[in-house]
Amino acid sequence: MKIMSWVTRGFLIAVLAVMAPSAFAGKNITVKGSDTMVVLGQKWAEVYMQKNAGATIQVTGGGSGVGIAALINGTTDLANSSRPIKESEIEKAQKAGYYPEEIKVAMDSLAVVTNTANPIKELSMKQLLGIYTGKINNWNEVGGPDQAILRYCRESSSGTYVFFKEHVLKNKDYAADCQTMPGTSAVASAVSKDPAGIGYGGAAYYLKQPQIKILPVKKDDKSEAVSPVKADGTLDYEAAWTGRYPVARYLYMYAGFRPKGDIRAYIDWILSPEGQKIVEEVGYVPLEVKA
Amino acid sequence: MDHKLFKKDVHWGEWLIQKALLLAGISSILIIALIFIFLFREAVRFFHTGTPMDLIGKWVYDDWEERNVFTMMWQSISEVPKYSLIPLICGSFLVAFPATLISAVLGIGCAVYLSEIAPYKVRETLKPALELLAGIPSVVIGFVMLAFIATFVQDLFHTKFRLNAFVGSLGVSLAVLPIMITISEDAMRAVPKELRDASYALGASKWQTIFGTVLPAAVSGISAAVILGFGRALGETMIVLMATGNAALVTGNIFSSVRTMTANIAAELGSVAQGSEHYYALFLVGAVLFTFTFVLNLFSEIVLSKMRQKLRM
Repeated sequence: MKIMSWVTRGFLIAVLAVMAPSAFAGKNITVKGSDTMVVLGQKWAEVYMQKNAGATIQVTGGGSGVGIAALINGTTDLANSSRPIKESEIEKAQKAGYYPEEIKVAMDSLAVVTNTANPIKELSMKQLLGIYTGKINNWNEVGGPDQAILRYCRESSSGTYVFFKEHVLKNKDYAADCQTMPGTSAVASAVSKDPAGIGYGGAAYYLKQPQIKILPVKKDDKSEAVSPVKADGTLDYEAAWTGRYPVARYLYMYAGFRPKGDIRAYIDWILSPEGQKIVEEVGYVPLEVKA
Repeated sequence: MDHKLFKKDVHWGEWLIQKALLLAGISSILIIALIFIFLFREAVRFFHTGTPMDLIGKWVYDDWEERNVFTMMWQSISEVPKYSLIPLICGSFLVAFPATLISAVLGIGCAVYLSEIAPYKVRETLKPALELLAGIPSVVIGFVMLAFIATFVQDLFHTKFRLNAFVGSLGVSLAVLPIMITISEDAMRAVPKELRDASYALGASKWQTIFGTVLPAAVSGISAAVILGFGRALGETMIVLMATGNAALVTGNIFSSVRTMTANIAAELGSVAQGSEHYYALFLVGAVLFTFTFVLNLFSEIVLSKMRQKLRM
């Protein structure tokens, strides 16, 4: 009998040891979504985990649509998204029993880029529309050299793709010969090697790259062209905040419900000056501090 | 008595092992069957909302030309989603054909050398080296294509698209090469020594023996290798996703950017909402791809078994 009780005790201890990590892992937060926000999200998680022992935050990418789909399927606590959630996604979430809560966490200026070998100085929103829908096919139609335009864009799961389609293409279709690249850095790599190429993506990816030129963009024919970067090569926050630069957007986080407890604490910290400082360090535009 | 008991034990053990092995054998077939059923069940649901005509093209109003235009496009995120399979099938074949051609020329040449010409020592060092080639992850091949080879190809041929079907097929041919070499070498090795001896006895030289006797005898095995390689080339995903530019164009130009069926699924399946028309359309693409590779594999199996029968004679 005595032996039996020792065995039972040993067994119990073993069971507890196996269960303990899951029982005490209340602070495990998973974040999934936008590739644009992966670096930012990971930096946030890293610093937050250093300051809060015991918190574990896992950040993965995949695209904004992937993140929101995961939120709806219940496989992530928070979704990163570089575009606002769609009506259809809210409906699906509600059917699955979620009420997505939107938090604006940062801003991002989308840069329109060409190779430095291209002498073009600026483009208007209308010209961008023409180029990406396939109505303008040669650089000489927008004041450049006589050379066919090669369009690079993101794949359709990316929030950048959707944002650009809604805001620049006015929801028209991309031209069929748009080359879709997996990731903004792949667009950067393609444009840096292609003198006839044009691409777009988060401005931070294109800063200080010798082969890439960030183009100033005109809102309409009357307004002047505004660049997302200042003369010293850093991001122009003010242009994004005031909307003078026409291709700027918010970056969002979505929670399945009104955030509570650990998730709430994490989001509050992201919105605090400390969290917003990291936004600047990583290369995005922090939220405007309203006095 | 003892003797009898012992015998019974062996019997039971054997029975158990037999059944376990049977289960292992059946389970893989069962899994394939389940994948098959699942894939086609999901694919067929596309036709609840779409028509077979949608898979070819759609009449869409073009506000630039102010008339309806028949467009063969894959544009899944759109006010009028277009799910034409034509550009994707076009893209897949435009990558897989040249890739198979390149790897067949290199692979069969390599197999001839390995099985007929190479001295023992060379063969024993070359074969493991070639097997290393099979171990290169396709994402690495894709990256090398994207970053370096694409520029080289563009400088050489002055192509409009830096990333195009040809760059993709160069990468895919590397991935297919190991299969091509292994199977065609096996086929040549399977040619009985008596056939070679007879050829030499009739006064044929080494080259005459290789081209007149060994290759014709192994031709069905080699063609099986080519067909299998073609199936593998159709199914390759990562390399084409990275190196072909992924523009869904209907084209026959090998230096044009293309989007293959595999790359299309890989790029879009991640974000698609389950149960939407787009979701089923992607499964339909998968089903079409599966059908292609299934028929190709079946065909090569038939060819291989025919050859085995012939050589046994």
